[in-house]
Amino acid sequence: MDAVILQFLNGLDKGSAYALIALGLTLIFGTLGVVNFAHGALFMIGAFCAVTMSRLLSLSHQVVDETRTDFLGNPMKVDVPYVNDWFGEATGALIIDWAVPISILLAIPVMLLVGIVMERGLIKHFYKRPHADQILVTFGLAIVLQEIIKQVYGANPIPTPAPEAFRGSLDFGVMLGFDPYTITYPYWRLVYFAFSVIIIGAVFAFLQFTTFGMVVRAGMADRETVGLLGIDIDRRFTLMFGLAAIVAGLAGVMYTPINSPNYHMGMDFLVLSFVVVVVGGMGSLPGAVAAGFLLGILQSFASMNWIKDIIPGIDQIIIYLVAILILLTRPRGLLGRKGVMEE
Amino acid sequence: MRGLERRDVMLLVIVAVMTLFAPIILNPFPANSAMAQFNAGYPDLMQRFVIFGIFAIGFNILFGLTGYLSFGHAAFLGVGSYSAVWMFKLLGFNIIPAILLSVVVAGLFSVVIGYISLRRSGIYFSILTLAFAQMSFALAYSVLGNPALINLTNGETGLQVYPSDPQVLHGASAPNVTNLFGLEMRQTCEVKLGGTASGLSGCDTHMLPGAFGETFWAFDFNAGYYVCAVLMLIVFYLSIRIFRSPFGMMLRAVKSNQQRLNYTGLNPRPYTLAAFVISGMYAGLAGGLMASMDPLAGAERMQWTASGEVVLMTILGGAGTLIGPVLGAGFIKYFENIFSKINDGVLHSWFAFMPEGLENLFVTLLHPFVGKGWHLTLGILFMLVVIFLPGGLVEGGQRIGRFAFRRRNRKGGEAEAEAARKQPAE
Repeated sequence: MDAVILQFLNGLDKGSAYALIALGLTLIFGTLGVVNFAHGALFMIGAFCAVTMSRLLSLSHQVVDETRTDFLGNPMKVDVPYVNDWFGEATGALIIDWAVPISILLAIPVMLLVGIVMERGLIKHFYKRPHADQILVTFGLAIVLQEIIKQVYGANPIPTPAPEAFRGSLDFGVMLGFDPYTITYPYWRLVYFAFSVIIIGAVFAFLQFTTFGMVVRAGMADRETVGLLGIDIDRRFTLMFGLAAIVAGLAGVMYTPINSPNYHMGMDFLVLSFVVVVVGGMGSLPGAVAAGFLLGILQSFASMNWIKDIIPGIDQIIIYLVAILILLTRPRGLLGRKGVMEE
Repeated sequence: MRGLERRDVMLLVIVAVMTLFAPIILNPFPANSAMAQFNAGYPDLMQRFVIFGIFAIGFNILFGLTGYLSFGHAAFLGVGSYSAVWMFKLLGFNIIPAILLSVVVAGLFSVVIGYISLRRSGIYFSILTLAFAQMSFALAYSVLGNPALINLTNGETGLQVYPSDPQVLHGASAPNVTNLFGLEMRQTCEVKLGGTASGLSGCDTHMLPGAFGETFWAFDFNAGYYVCAVLMLIVFYLSIRIFRSPFGMMLRAVKSNQQRLNYTGLNPRPYTLAAFVISGMYAGLAGGLMASMDPLAGAERMQWTASGEVVLMTILGGAGTLIGPVLGAGFIKYFENIFSKINDGVLHSWFAFMPEGLENLFVTLLHPFVGKGWHLTLGILFMLVVIFLPGGLVEGGQRIGRFAFRRRNRKGGEAEAEAARKQPAE
């Protein structure tokens, strides 16, 4: 029983990342009808926003500390971050420690800008072109973005730790009455899960309860009629692209403590996110979220030892296997709308 | 010639001449000059040119004609490699059974995967093939390479031939490297043109010694390359025949409007499946040849990035055109191996004629795009091609040609590029 709960929890954080990326992909597909292969790159850019922010925050200058001496007997030079000068030592240290959550402030405008530039500059010209062309051009863009990041930040993963308060693990088993240390779960993964639930809730609330969201939903259902009503639907869809980019970027920012960001993390997630979208149903937002969590948890269960003993290698292929089965038996995906990219 | 129009015969002859004389054409710079590092005529790279050419030609039969974008073609290449190495392990180092088996096994694989994947089209087809390929990769990497179970792939290490392998057909006199009835694949004859005399060995020859002073050219004629080149010419001929056949017309019909085809009372699926299997067999042949040149097979050949590479090649060269994929394959492999060698030192020597500051500026500007950054250049180039030249390099060449000759009349070649631009199957 404890193993089942543990795997369930383990599946949640991976599922959260899948769900967030798939949500963005579906937003783009549902509004603009574009298959965006560069979405993984947006996730990666988000992660590197966190890297940039933590580097910016720890920018420092050298100060000669007269009280201490180095091994040669000269006065020691100490690196003092600028934030320490501005906010005092304690606050400065706290700010540096909290670099990852603070990066959200940087990631939102950056991702919005990247998203809008991408849509206006490139994707706009591909609405009328076939899906294969859209896949190809965004695939090319993904390569370019990935290479730029590689040139700027190097090819090695960059460790970006979580704030001190969230390192360590929660002994979840004790709360449920199991022995101590049977079910432990890192705090940051809980934070990630909670964060993704909040983001997903916010996106749905935005679409459901605001006028803007209502217009966007109307546009998703029938773009032409909304246009005929005198609403500039293109502008709103562009903003939705920016929103999708923000969702992917924030997913990336918060993911950095779980996995050190490297330049190909986007591509690694992209393939799986596409599978998630297809399983959930192209163009269905709840489907994308549900499928994201479902596949994350499924993958985590498949990597349990006794299952691997029965079917070796199942943890590697389970997601693809499920995707193939779903595509063949239920072409529109789990929660897909009727008639969306369905023959 | 057999069932070809004059235009196609011309194309075939040009390609044949280019491939057969490639060791000379690709080595235009004297071997002892500074430009020698841009010579692409060394056996390993030339073999890769033609092998990936075969791979891309096959991919083009599927994507270029039917418009089905497969993101999992590398799986067939990998399967072909593995079966070839197994033939080396079990039978011996002759490449004929290895190549035959790799084509057959890849064909069988593609029948299964194609039968399932082709039930869907458009993006779903791409995802299905991607899923299958990633599954094969994961299986080859972990489960099938697990010595405790059934060790088909040797996991991370990759499949190799060991002295302890049975090799039942391996004669006592047969060479211990891959060969074609005794002709070793790695055998290379160097022809030296000009320069001073030096130690020659085996089949090396020296022509016109001293005719150009110290300067000399070195051309490598490699047995393995010629085996691959001849096979490529054969499959290229086959692909021309497929393009010009009623079957090829049928595949184009699938691309332009599948629904209309259905209403006409024709079932497109057998045709698309046939195209899928043919292109899978081409990939298997490429995989088998790759293993024949170097008897190794690893799972990374099946990864989806490898599938992405063949997509890049085909699109860059010109999907739906005959020569495009070969050009694209050559272009990308040249980039990967030669362009990536341009480092800051080379750049400095190029801009040495400029004033110091300007020279440094140019080098700094170009630095991200050359050497290790060649992927960036490739990505940008690929995007530009998709955006502005949907017909790829071939269309670019045609546009330049038309611009140069001011020919207004529409020739067949353009109609072909036009067809390639049409909507793929949705």
